[in-house]
Amino acid sequence: MSAKLDAQGTLRGFKRMAPVSLFVVAFGLAFGVAAIQHGLSSLETLLMSGLIFAGASQFAALELWGPTLPLTALVATTFAINARHLLMGASLYPWLRHLPPGQRYACLGVMSDSNWAMAVGDHQRGETNVGVLFGGGIALWTAWMLGTCLGVVFGSGISEPQRFGLDVIMGCFLLAMLVGSKHKPSLALLLPWCVAGGAALLALYYLPPNAHVIVGALAGGLTGMLIPQANPQKET
Amino acid sequence: MPLTTTTALLAILIMALTTFTTRIGGAIIMSRIPIGPKVEQFINAMAGSVLVAVIVPLAAQGDWGARLALLATLVAMLLVRKPLIAITAGVATAALWRLV
Repeated sequence: MSAKLDAQGTLRGFKRMAPVSLFVVAFGLAFGVAAIQHGLSSLETLLMSGLIFAGASQFAALELWGPTLPLTALVATTFAINARHLLMGASLYPWLRHLPPGQRYACLGVMSDSNWAMAVGDHQRGETNVGVLFGGGIALWTAWMLGTCLGVVFGSGISEPQRFGLDVIMGCFLLAMLVGSKHKPSLALLLPWCVAGGAALLALYYLPPNAHVIVGALAGGLTGMLIPQANPQKET
Repeated sequence: MPLTTTTALLAILIMALTTFTTRIGGAIIMSRIPIGPKVEQFINAMAGSVLVAVIVPLAAQGDWGARLALLATLVAMLLVRKPLIAITAGVATAALWRLV
Protein backbone atom coordinates (compact mmCIF):
# COMPACT_ATOMS: atom_id res chain seq x y z
CA MET A 1 0.00 0.00 0.00
CA SER A 2 1.35 3.40 -0.90
CA ALA A 3 0.02 6.92 -1.39
CA LYS A 4 0.59 9.78 -3.80
CA LEU A 5 -0.70 13.30 -4.32
CA ASP A 6 -0.80 14.87 -7.79
CA ALA A 7 -2.65 17.57 -9.73
CA GLN A 8 -4.96 15.19 -11.62
CA GLY A 9 -6.07 13.40 -8.47
CA THR A 10 -6.63 16.72 -6.71
CA LEU A 11 -8.79 17.96 -9.59
CA ARG A 12 -10.79 14.71 -9.57
CA GLY A 13 -11.29 15.07 -5.82
CA PHE A 14 -12.41 18.67 -6.27
CA LYS A 15 -15.05 17.58 -8.82
CA ARG A 16 -16.26 14.64 -6.73
CA MET A 17 -16.88 16.99 -3.81
CA ALA A 18 -18.80 19.55 -5.92
CA PRO A 19 -22.33 18.25 -5.11
CA VAL A 20 -21.64 18.34 -1.36
CA SER A 21 -20.05 21.75 -1.73
CA LEU A 22 -23.37 23.25 -2.85
CA PHE A 23 -24.79 22.48 0.59
CA VAL A 24 -21.69 23.88 2.24
CA VAL A 25 -22.36 27.22 0.47
CA ALA A 26 -25.75 27.32 2.23
CA PHE A 27 -24.19 26.57 5.63
CA GLY A 28 -21.55 29.22 5.00
CA LEU A 29 -24.31 31.71 4.24
CA ALA A 30 -25.99 30.83 7.54
CA PHE A 31 -22.70 31.36 9.36
CA GLY A 32 -22.05 34.70 7.65
CA VAL A 33 -25.50 35.98 8.64
CA ALA A 34 -25.14 34.71 12.21
CA ALA A 35 -21.65 36.17 12.64
CA ILE A 36 -22.73 39.63 11.47
CA GLN A 37 -25.74 39.44 13.84
CA HIS A 38 -23.39 38.60 16.72
CA GLY A 39 -21.40 41.77 16.07
CA LEU A 40 -18.40 40.48 14.15
CA SER A 41 -17.04 42.69 11.37
CA SER A 42 -17.01 41.47 7.78
CA LEU A 43 -13.24 40.98 7.92
CA GLU A 44 -13.41 39.01 11.18
CA THR A 45 -16.17 36.80 9.79
CA LEU A 46 -14.23 36.04 6.60
CA LEU A 47 -10.99 35.41 8.49
CA MET A 48 -12.81 33.01 10.81
CA SER A 49 -14.14 30.96 7.90
CA GLY A 50 -10.89 31.12 5.97
CA LEU A 51 -8.52 30.24 8.79
CA ILE A 52 -10.62 28.03 11.09
CA PHE A 53 -12.75 26.28 8.42
CA ALA A 54 -14.77 24.23 10.92
CA GLY A 55 -18.48 25.12 11.00
CA ALA A 56 -19.67 23.89 14.38
CA SER A 57 -16.77 25.43 16.31
CA GLN A 58 -17.22 28.74 14.48
CA PHE A 59 -20.93 28.84 15.41
CA ALA A 60 -20.11 27.94 19.00
CA ALA A 61 -17.51 30.75 19.14
CA LEU A 62 -20.28 33.23 18.27
CA GLU A 63 -22.10 32.17 21.43
CA LEU A 64 -19.05 33.19 23.51
CA TRP A 65 -18.36 36.39 21.54
CA GLY A 66 -19.14 39.52 23.57
CA PRO A 67 -17.84 42.82 24.97
CA THR A 68 -15.16 40.78 26.75
CA LEU A 69 -13.59 37.89 24.86
CA PRO A 70 -13.21 34.76 27.03
CA LEU A 71 -10.03 33.50 25.38
CA THR A 72 -9.69 30.36 27.50
CA ALA A 73 -13.30 29.34 26.90
CA LEU A 74 -12.96 30.04 23.17
CA VAL A 75 -9.86 27.88 22.84
CA ALA A 76 -11.22 25.07 25.02
CA THR A 77 -14.55 25.02 23.16
CA THR A 78 -12.81 25.07 19.78
CA PHE A 79 -10.61 22.20 20.88
CA ALA A 80 -13.47 20.16 22.31
CA ILE A 81 -15.60 20.48 19.19
CA ASN A 82 -12.72 19.79 16.83
CA ALA A 83 -11.10 17.02 18.87
CA ARG A 84 -12.85 14.56 16.56
CA HIS A 85 -10.28 15.62 13.94
CA LEU A 86 -7.68 13.84 16.07
CA LEU A 87 -9.49 10.53 15.54
CA MET A 88 -10.12 11.28 11.86
CA GLY A 89 -6.46 12.13 11.23
CA ALA A 90 -5.35 9.08 13.20
CA SER A 91 -7.58 6.83 11.06
CA LEU A 92 -5.96 8.12 7.87
CA TYR A 93 -2.40 7.88 9.22
CA PRO A 94 -1.73 4.37 7.79
CA TRP A 95 -2.41 5.85 4.35
CA LEU A 96 -0.84 9.30 4.70
CA ARG A 97 2.38 8.06 6.30
CA HIS A 98 3.57 7.18 2.78
CA LEU A 99 3.44 10.85 1.75
CA PRO A 100 6.25 13.37 2.33
CA PRO A 101 5.47 15.32 5.55
CA GLY A 102 4.69 18.56 3.69
CA GLN A 103 2.04 16.92 1.53
CA ARG A 104 0.70 14.94 4.49
CA TYR A 105 0.07 18.03 6.61
CA ALA A 106 -1.29 19.99 3.64
CA CYS A 107 -3.89 17.24 3.13
CA LEU A 108 -4.74 17.15 6.85
CA GLY A 109 -4.93 20.95 6.95
CA VAL A 110 -8.01 20.88 4.70
CA MET A 111 -9.50 17.72 6.24
CA SER A 112 -13.21 18.11 7.02
CA ASP A 113 -15.97 15.58 7.70
CA SER A 114 -17.07 14.99 4.08
CA ASN A 115 -13.68 14.66 2.38
CA TRP A 116 -12.44 12.54 5.28
CA ALA A 117 -15.35 10.14 4.80
CA MET A 118 -14.63 9.89 1.06
CA ALA A 119 -10.92 9.40 1.73
CA VAL A 120 -11.63 6.53 4.14
CA GLY A 121 -13.71 4.88 1.40
CA ASP A 122 -10.95 5.36 -1.19
CA HIS A 123 -8.32 3.97 1.14
CA GLN A 124 -10.42 0.90 1.90
CA ARG A 125 -10.84 0.26 -1.84
CA GLY A 126 -7.07 0.23 -2.18
CA GLU A 127 -6.80 3.60 -3.97
CA THR A 128 -3.31 5.09 -3.75
CA ASN A 129 -4.17 8.63 -4.89
CA VAL A 130 -5.05 10.85 -1.91
CA GLY A 131 -6.43 13.58 -4.21
CA VAL A 132 -9.94 13.23 -2.82
CA LEU A 133 -8.76 14.41 0.59
CA PHE A 134 -6.80 17.40 -0.73
CA GLY A 135 -8.92 18.37 -3.76
CA GLY A 136 -12.16 17.67 -1.91
CA GLY A 137 -10.91 19.80 0.99
CA ILE A 138 -10.13 22.69 -1.35
CA ALA A 139 -13.64 22.40 -2.85
CA LEU A 140 -15.22 22.47 0.63
CA TRP A 141 -13.07 25.42 1.72
CA THR A 142 -13.94 27.39 -1.42
CA ALA A 143 -17.66 26.70 -0.92
CA TRP A 144 -17.45 27.65 2.78
CA MET A 145 -15.77 30.97 1.89
CA LEU A 146 -18.21 31.71 -0.93
CA GLY A 147 -21.16 31.04 1.39
CA THR A 148 -19.66 33.17 4.16
CA CYS A 149 -19.21 36.08 1.71
CA LEU A 150 -22.85 35.81 0.63
CA GLY A 151 -23.93 35.67 4.28
CA VAL A 152 -21.90 38.75 5.18
CA VAL A 153 -23.48 40.74 2.34
CA PHE A 154 -26.98 39.45 3.11
CA GLY A 155 -26.62 39.72 6.91
CA SER A 156 -25.38 43.32 6.78
CA GLY A 157 -28.61 44.39 5.07
CA ILE A 158 -30.94 43.20 7.86
CA SER A 159 -31.73 45.57 10.71
CA GLU A 160 -34.10 43.49 12.85
CA PRO A 161 -32.74 39.93 12.74
CA GLN A 162 -35.00 38.65 15.57
CA ARG A 163 -38.13 39.37 13.55
CA PHE A 164 -36.97 36.91 10.90
CA GLY A 165 -35.78 34.34 13.43
CA LEU A 166 -32.18 34.81 12.28
CA ASP A 167 -30.85 34.93 15.85
CA VAL A 168 -31.69 31.24 16.30
CA ILE A 169 -29.63 30.02 13.30
CA MET A 170 -26.65 29.22 15.53
CA GLY A 171 -28.58 27.02 17.96
CA CYS A 172 -30.51 25.28 15.16
CA PHE A 173 -27.31 24.59 13.22
CA LEU A 174 -25.56 23.07 16.24
CA LEU A 175 -28.61 20.98 17.10
CA ALA A 176 -28.85 19.69 13.52
CA MET A 177 -25.16 18.75 13.64
CA LEU A 178 -25.68 16.98 16.95
CA VAL A 179 -28.55 14.83 15.69
CA GLY A 180 -27.06 14.24 12.27
CA SER A 181 -23.43 13.68 13.20
CA LYS A 182 -24.06 9.92 13.21
CA HIS A 183 -26.26 8.11 10.74
CA LYS A 184 -28.14 6.40 13.52
CA PRO A 185 -28.34 8.30 16.81
CA SER A 186 -26.45 6.01 19.13
CA LEU A 187 -28.24 5.27 22.40
CA ALA A 188 -24.85 4.83 24.07
CA LEU A 189 -24.27 8.55 23.57
CA LEU A 190 -27.59 9.69 25.06
CA LEU A 191 -26.38 9.24 28.64
CA PRO A 192 -23.19 11.31 28.14
CA TRP A 193 -25.23 13.98 26.37
CA CYS A 194 -27.78 14.16 29.22
CA VAL A 195 -24.97 14.44 31.74
CA ALA A 196 -23.38 17.16 29.60
CA GLY A 197 -26.65 19.11 29.45
CA GLY A 198 -27.22 18.86 33.21
CA ALA A 199 -23.66 19.81 34.04
CA ALA A 200 -23.78 22.76 31.63
CA LEU A 201 -26.99 24.06 33.25
CA LEU A 202 -25.53 23.76 36.76
CA ALA A 203 -22.34 25.51 35.63
CA LEU A 204 -24.40 28.22 33.96
CA TYR A 205 -26.07 29.14 37.24
CA TYR A 206 -23.34 28.40 39.79
CA LEU A 207 -19.98 28.85 38.05
CA PRO A 208 -18.27 31.88 36.44
CA PRO A 209 -19.53 32.96 32.98
CA ASN A 210 -18.60 30.77 30.00
CA ALA A 211 -17.48 27.83 32.14
CA HIS A 212 -20.59 25.86 31.16
CA VAL A 213 -19.32 24.71 27.75
CA ILE A 214 -16.11 23.20 29.10
CA VAL A 215 -17.83 21.71 32.15
CA GLY A 216 -20.47 20.08 29.95
CA ALA A 217 -17.93 18.78 27.44
CA LEU A 218 -15.71 17.24 30.12
CA ALA A 219 -18.63 15.76 32.07
CA GLY A 220 -20.04 14.18 28.90
CA GLY A 221 -16.65 12.95 27.73
CA LEU A 222 -15.85 11.34 31.08
CA THR A 223 -19.28 9.69 31.23
CA GLY A 224 -18.73 8.27 27.76
CA MET A 225 -15.34 6.96 28.75
CA LEU A 226 -16.57 5.32 31.96
CA ILE A 227 -19.73 3.57 30.75
CA PRO A 228 -19.00 0.08 29.44
CA GLN A 229 -19.32 -0.32 25.68
CA ALA A 230 -21.82 -3.07 24.87
CA ASN A 231 -20.37 -3.78 21.44
CA PRO A 232 -16.95 -2.25 20.99
CA GLN A 233 -16.49 -3.69 17.46
CA LYS A 234 -19.43 -1.64 16.21
CA GLU A 235 -17.77 1.63 17.16
CA THR A 236 -16.11 3.37 14.23
CA MET B 1 -9.91 40.30 27.39
CA PRO B 2 -11.84 43.41 26.21
CA LEU B 3 -13.15 43.19 22.64
CA THR B 4 -11.11 45.30 20.23
CA THR B 5 -10.15 44.70 16.61
CA THR B 6 -6.74 43.47 17.73
CA THR B 7 -7.99 41.07 20.40
CA ALA B 8 -10.68 39.76 18.03
CA LEU B 9 -8.07 38.98 15.38
CA LEU B 10 -5.83 37.43 18.01
CA ALA B 11 -8.68 35.21 19.23
CA ILE B 12 -9.47 34.11 15.66
CA LEU B 13 -5.80 33.32 15.04
CA ILE B 14 -5.54 31.24 18.22
CA MET B 15 -8.76 29.36 17.40
CA ALA B 16 -7.38 28.70 13.91
CA LEU B 17 -4.13 27.32 15.36
CA THR B 18 -6.11 25.16 17.81
CA THR B 19 -8.19 23.72 14.96
CA PHE B 20 -5.13 23.12 12.78
CA THR B 21 -3.51 21.28 15.70
CA THR B 22 -6.50 18.94 15.95
CA ARG B 23 -6.31 18.30 12.19
CA ILE B 24 -2.63 17.33 12.11
CA GLY B 25 -2.44 16.07 15.71
CA GLY B 26 -4.06 12.68 15.10
CA ALA B 27 -1.42 11.66 12.55
CA ILE B 28 1.40 12.96 14.75
CA ILE B 29 0.16 11.04 17.79
CA MET B 30 -0.33 7.87 15.74
CA SER B 31 3.24 8.04 14.45
CA ARG B 32 4.36 7.64 18.07
CA ILE B 33 1.68 5.79 20.07
CA PRO B 34 -1.68 4.46 18.83
CA ILE B 35 -4.79 6.12 20.30
CA GLY B 36 -6.38 3.70 22.77
CA PRO B 37 -10.09 2.77 22.95
CA LYS B 38 -10.69 4.71 26.21
CA VAL B 39 -9.34 7.93 24.71
CA GLU B 40 -11.44 7.29 21.60
CA GLN B 41 -14.57 6.81 23.76
CA PHE B 42 -13.81 10.05 25.60
CA ILE B 43 -13.37 12.04 22.39
CA ASN B 44 -16.47 10.52 20.76
CA ALA B 45 -18.65 11.35 23.76
CA MET B 46 -17.11 14.81 24.17
CA ALA B 47 -17.77 15.76 20.51
CA GLY B 48 -21.56 15.70 21.01
CA SER B 49 -21.46 16.79 24.65
CA VAL B 50 -19.88 20.13 23.85
CA LEU B 51 -22.72 20.85 21.39
CA VAL B 52 -25.27 19.88 24.05
CA ALA B 53 -23.52 22.21 26.50
CA VAL B 54 -23.94 25.12 24.07
CA ILE B 55 -27.54 24.32 23.06
CA VAL B 56 -29.14 23.59 26.46
CA PRO B 57 -28.41 27.08 27.92
CA LEU B 58 -29.79 28.64 24.71
CA ALA B 59 -33.07 26.85 25.37
CA ALA B 60 -32.99 27.60 29.10
CA GLN B 61 -32.31 31.33 28.71
CA GLY B 62 -33.98 32.01 25.37
CA ASP B 63 -37.54 33.17 24.70
CA TRP B 64 -40.27 30.80 23.52
CA GLY B 65 -39.41 31.65 19.93
CA ALA B 66 -35.93 30.21 20.43
CA ARG B 67 -37.22 27.18 22.35
CA LEU B 68 -39.81 26.29 19.72
CA ALA B 69 -37.21 26.85 16.99
CA LEU B 70 -34.92 24.27 18.62
CA LEU B 71 -37.84 21.87 19.04
CA ALA B 72 -38.80 22.27 15.36
CA THR B 73 -35.19 21.64 14.31
CA LEU B 74 -35.01 18.50 16.44
CA VAL B 75 -38.28 17.09 15.12
CA ALA B 76 -37.42 17.92 11.48
CA MET B 77 -33.96 16.41 11.89
CA LEU B 78 -35.35 13.16 13.32
CA LEU B 79 -37.97 12.96 10.56
CA VAL B 80 -36.07 13.93 7.41
CA ARG B 81 -32.39 13.95 8.49
CA LYS B 82 -31.63 16.94 6.27
CA PRO B 83 -29.80 19.68 8.23
CA LEU B 84 -30.73 22.49 5.82
CA ILE B 85 -34.44 21.67 6.02
CA ALA B 86 -34.26 21.32 9.81
CA ILE B 87 -32.47 24.67 10.27
CA THR B 88 -34.93 26.41 7.93
CA ALA B 89 -37.83 24.91 9.92
CA GLY B 90 -36.29 26.26 13.12
CA VAL B 91 -35.74 29.78 11.80
CA ALA B 92 -39.24 29.88 10.27
CA THR B 93 -40.75 28.73 13.59
CA ALA B 94 -39.04 31.54 15.49
CA ALA B 95 -40.10 34.10 12.86
CA LEU B 96 -43.74 32.90 12.93
CA TRP B 97 -43.85 32.84 16.74
CA ARG B 98 -42.63 36.43 16.95
CA LEU B 99 -45.07 37.51 14.24
CA VAL B 100 -48.02 36.59 16.46
